[in-house]
Amino acid sequence: MVNEIMALLSDVYAILWVDLRLLKRQWLRTLATSLVNPLLYLVAFGYGLGRGISFEGYSYLEFVMPGIIALTAMTSSYNGASSKLHVDRLFYKCFDEYLMAPVSFVSIVIGKTLVGVIRGLISTLTILVVGYALAPEMMVSPLFLTAMVISCAVFACFGVLTALTVKSHQDMGTISTLVILPMTFLSGTFFSLNSLPTFVKTVLYVLPLTHSSLCLRASALGQPFPWPSLAVLTTYGLAFLVACLIILKKTSV
Amino acid sequence: MDEIVSTQKLTKVYGPIKAVQDLDLSVYRGEVFGFLGPNGAGKTTTIRILTTLTKPTSGRASVNGYDVVDEPSKVKNVIGVVQQHLSLDRDLTIRENMEFRARLHHLNSSERRHRINELLEYVDLTEYADRVIDSLSGGMKKRAAIVNALLHNPAVLFLDEPTVGLDAQARRRLWDLIRRLSNDGTTIFLTTHYIEEAETLCQRVGILHRGRLIALGKPSELRQELGQITVETLVNNRGTRYQYFRDKNAATQYVQNLPPEVKTIVIRESNLEDVFVELTGQKVDGE
Repeated sequence: MVNEIMALLSDVYAILWVDLRLLKRQWLRTLATSLVNPLLYLVAFGYGLGRGISFEGYSYLEFVMPGIIALTAMTSSYNGASSKLHVDRLFYKCFDEYLMAPVSFVSIVIGKTLVGVIRGLISTLTILVVGYALAPEMMVSPLFLTAMVISCAVFACFGVLTALTVKSHQDMGTISTLVILPMTFLSGTFFSLNSLPTFVKTVLYVLPLTHSSLCLRASALGQPFPWPSLAVLTTYGLAFLVACLIILKKTSV
Repeated sequence: MDEIVSTQKLTKVYGPIKAVQDLDLSVYRGEVFGFLGPNGAGKTTTIRILTTLTKPTSGRASVNGYDVVDEPSKVKNVIGVVQQHLSLDRDLTIRENMEFRARLHHLNSSERRHRINELLEYVDLTEYADRVIDSLSGGMKKRAAIVNALLHNPAVLFLDEPTVGLDAQARRRLWDLIRRLSNDGTTIFLTTHYIEEAETLCQRVGILHRGRLIALGKPSELRQELGQITVETLVNNRGTRYQYFRDKNAATQYVQNLPPEVKTIVIRESNLEDVFVELTGQKVDGE
């Protein structure tokens, strides 16, 4: 058992190795591109629009900060995991090299997910530092950081799943526009879901990012932690992982 | 002789298309085996099945005694694969690509260093080792891909159309490398649609046409079965006809007795292209 786990970890590291190598070479570019979006949201909604508004007893900046961190976790982890993978798979076809190597599918999926997690964490931690400077009332507890890492993992794994499933570059764009973009705005990132009609609320509660926002906001504002949301998020992550494994099994031997 | 690759009634169907049909094949340890056929004949599909990338629809295939469907991880340990397209990571250097590959094959750090240097030396790429793949010439990329596939000392090396897109010089250099590998004991399974490549490199060839194996043997045997000498004639300026003869005498006799409307274009030694044309009524390059 111990040997198997060690073998799994060593394979995961082998897979991660390539991306760490690239990240080392392109870290500045990676950081700069993934920070543009959240910084724009932060400036426009948090600092510009929201400075004078108070919301549910907090300043809007305080309220929106965890939402922006949640959406940064989503977009950078998702893109971090999916963008190179889908190009390697569809255009360069070098993903076949992984499939022909004596490593398990689990280590491939975990390795590729971790690539997204690392890229996601680099952006979220940076935004967190900026946010903390702007809104020092925010509480960054271990629970907050846990929710942040889990969010990154869930969306990175979703990125791996997408990259393994799409049939073209256009498909990637379609998923981005139809799934990622609406989630960015609708998952309680910029506003509270409490004020919405029950039906809309029910629909929005299906989205994983909603649960990221709920967990991050509750812990940042010192409210009771929504454990069921963390459970939903984790379930999503496991479901994505299993889906990735099924797809790899189906396409290869 | 010791079989290293073998298939029995191997079949792969994609919807209505039978990519490979009832393929029975044996490749022997130590030989260079060539799979010859036009594009779309099923060569790549066969390689994909043998290298665990695609599941067969029916039939069996094994590499080094391991079944490709039942024991894929054992198969992965004994195969080296160079695909038709470049499958190296273009953003990394040759050395980084090799380092990555060696890690996937669980070589420890001293094994990695030793093996990478040894192989780079073997293909004269040492001075380019730290260049990013995208900055290399086509021939260098191919050589890099080949040594990348050799890191774990595979029992059999699959080369899918190794010289497509290379200039004449790079192609000859690659042939030389393939011969050296073979001399050093590596079994090589290559696919090609270049007749000359199959004739000069391969001890045995299998000719594949529309998913079926239509001929199998040594190039010399296949030529002999057809007739060593080919006579090309032109009848009333309407298309070339090919006739095959046991020897030069028989060919000369035939040419001397031709009626005047038949013009002889050429008398020459038969090649595998003739074997292919005779069996399929089609040229290997698809024309």
